[in-house]
Amino acid sequence: MTTAESQEGRTDPGRGAQAATVLEMHGIRKAFPGVVALDGVDLTLDAGEVHMLLGENGAGKSTLMKILSGAYRKDAGEIRILGPSTLREPQGRLEHGRETTALGASRTVDIQGPRDALALGIRIIYQELNLVPHLSVAENIFLGAAPTRWLGVIDWRRLSEMTSRLLNDLGMDIAPATPLHRLSLAQRQMVEIAKALKDRASILVMDEPTSALTSREVDQLFALIARLVARGVAIVYITHRLDEVYRIGHRVTVLRDGRHITTKLLSEVTVAELVRLMANRDLGDHFPRQRTTPGKELLRVEQLGRRGALCDISFCLRAGEVVGIAGLLGAGRSELARVLAGADRSDAGRILCDNNVVTFRTPADAIRRGIGLLPEDRKAEGLVAGLTVARNLALPHGRQLARFGFLPGRCEERFAEPVVKDLRVKATATQPVRLLSGGNQQKVVLGKWLAGDARIFIFDEPTRGVDVGAKVEIYNLMNRLTASGAGIIMISSELPELLGMSDRILVMRRGRIQAEFSAAGATQERVLSAALGLASPAPSGVEGPVPSDPGNAVGVEG
Amino acid sequence: MRARRFGTVIGLAVLCAVLWALTPHFLTVSNLLNVVQQTSINAIVAVGMTFVIISGGIDLSVGSIVALSGVALGALLQAGQPLPVAVFAAFAVGVGCGLLNGALVSVGGLPPFIATLGMMSVARGAALVFTEGRPVSGFDEGLRSLATGSVGFIPGPVVVMIVVYVVAHLVLTRTTFGRYVYAIGGNEEATRLSGVAVRFHKTAIYGVSGLMSAVAAIVLTARLNSAQPIAGMMYELDAIAATVIGGTSLMGGEGTLAGTLVGALIMGVLRNGLNLLGVSSFLQQIVIGGVIVGAVLVDTVLKRHRV
Repeated sequence: MTTAESQEGRTDPGRGAQAATVLEMHGIRKAFPGVVALDGVDLTLDAGEVHMLLGENGAGKSTLMKILSGAYRKDAGEIRILGPSTLREPQGRLEHGRETTALGASRTVDIQGPRDALALGIRIIYQELNLVPHLSVAENIFLGAAPTRWLGVIDWRRLSEMTSRLLNDLGMDIAPATPLHRLSLAQRQMVEIAKALKDRASILVMDEPTSALTSREVDQLFALIARLVARGVAIVYITHRLDEVYRIGHRVTVLRDGRHITTKLLSEVTVAELVRLMANRDLGDHFPRQRTTPGKELLRVEQLGRRGALCDISFCLRAGEVVGIAGLLGAGRSELARVLAGADRSDAGRILCDNNVVTFRTPADAIRRGIGLLPEDRKAEGLVAGLTVARNLALPHGRQLARFGFLPGRCEERFAEPVVKDLRVKATATQPVRLLSGGNQQKVVLGKWLAGDARIFIFDEPTRGVDVGAKVEIYNLMNRLTASGAGIIMISSELPELLGMSDRILVMRRGRIQAEFSAAGATQERVLSAALGLASPAPSGVEGPVPSDPGNAVGVEG
Repeated sequence: MRARRFGTVIGLAVLCAVLWALTPHFLTVSNLLNVVQQTSINAIVAVGMTFVIISGGIDLSVGSIVALSGVALGALLQAGQPLPVAVFAAFAVGVGCGLLNGALVSVGGLPPFIATLGMMSVARGAALVFTEGRPVSGFDEGLRSLATGSVGFIPGPVVVMIVVYVVAHLVLTRTTFGRYVYAIGGNEEATRLSGVAVRFHKTAIYGVSGLMSAVAAIVLTARLNSAQPIAGMMYELDAIAATVIGGTSLMGGEGTLAGTLVGALIMGVLRNGLNLLGVSSFLQQIVIGGVIVGAVLVDTVLKRHRV
């Protein structure tokens, strides 16, 4: 459980000889306004290992990798990398790793930007690929680095040769001249990997590389990873799929709430332990949920679907209730929120408000039915940054405030001032919201709906990027809303918050509702297991699925 | 924002001072009235452009719509229709073209640049086809009096410009429509999620631009006493220049009509001054282009330092 354990994992029987440590990140700290994303995180990486990096959403995995790649700068800590002399390679060749143990001491490096990371041989394969669809494989791989003759004319023959050699080296069976858009997703991913490895790369970070691949494509990718490992490339592999962890991983590091929890050999840890390590945390935060007896049904969703995003979603929301929605990134939670708020259209099933079937063609239709959405990304979807606090708050209420289209003098400010006071927004009504802190901006988005007659609130990550004080205020506000007969659907990636504030929890996975728990029956491990698609550790705690949809029991996805 | 508007006013004052020093004819009442009168048409077109640019769009078709509206007006007058009928027809043509632009952008999902580029060509072509490329003239005195008449000492076109600016300013700052113009330009998705009928309002914004082109067409036809299918060439660029010099951001979400008016006056004063100084019209183009780029460059640099 301590960082000391990480030292034991230096040798791996599966890999034979003792491998050189190519990367040491020590005591990495990174804070954003209001949030400490990483606090004293350690990560060591050996040549020729696949190091799995696990953690819930928001645990700090991406932040750590962004520091490694130079996208963010660390606030504190040290990064040491094995001296570059051992890793220098001629272009287009991949024979390094053989001599990584030979010479070169590690040295402290200061990664100031992506260029520094590249120069140090660090490569990252993001989930979204950065390739140009209408160029050939060869052009993509050597984009900006193509061999040229005089006056910058591309030497096509040499380019083709270099690409063939590289692809052969990596065991990829792709013709260099193929236009990229003709390739399958897995092949494109391989091109991206080839691009990353075309010159001296010693460290490769892969962020959920299999999320869009079929199982056969996954096999191809894993075969490639095995070849890279044999060459001595060190790989950091981020995933939510625990089966992959055991298939290809040597060691695992678990992060939680921005802290380093453990680093272990995978041969020494079970799946159940990993889940516990990812989910368990000090329940020091307190959640002031005051539960009320649920009243009449406000909203009912029946077999709702949206192609490629949602499938067979059924549940209901009662007055005075907080229904939490858990799930990993991409599970369809925000997509559900957007459909319920009229932002996107559904193409199957129906929505009932107060027992009437409703159709939402635009967000305005949903607002008329009393639905208020607090979007996931408040800057992109919640606020008009250049407008004042008052004008943002009044935006959904223009019709009520205006007389024949005209807004009487200062009517928005008069409308906004009580809301600002009530929510304790630390700003005046006439300040542009751009200048407000995250917590205060979030209060303004909330205020847009509080001031109206919304009764169904959809909160998508209501406390993300919000400081602790404002968090508690938002929780208290949720209590006030439910006490006055409103219903709240709360999407959150923070399990303690979800468990602390919800009356019921729905767990989504791949666009479906995977499981439903009562507040009493839910634990972090159970919720996380369901979100990961594992069998629940204690099925007895799982309540029956919603009445209208008996097919939605736990484990349908298998 | 206030400091920036102040900046353009200072720019206009400095420009006037320089011209006053260089040529005695500049600062006379008759010349100044002449400048404002010459500016009025561009200033009116720039009102519509300001609405569109604040909402995050662009309208390249304003000049062609001026021509088409003017031709409609002229043809009906020539055919002996009463003035109100002809004026109404000009408005209908302008607003119709604008709404079509708006529908292509908001419902059709076209980039504003493309939709209005198409309209620029179509409206110009329609005006040429309709008139067979010839000017339309030979009206009675009714329309002409708009250009020759005056209220007190203020010429008719300037009166129209002032009325347009006052009304448009009230619409932009005191109505829900005006608020939505800023909100859509600032963050369209957030505005939509707030329940604002974004498509409807975006369409209407281009309608306003078409309406302003029609008003400009009426003033122009009155001044020339003839309607020309090739009228309004390059008006879109003058209107964009006035709007941008006036501090409206091409990114959308901010801008004022007061700024646009100052921007249009800077353009007008500059043209007038260069004429008085006897600068050739070829050289004028170079100077004006330089001023546009310089004004926006100063603005951009100031903005960068403010953040």
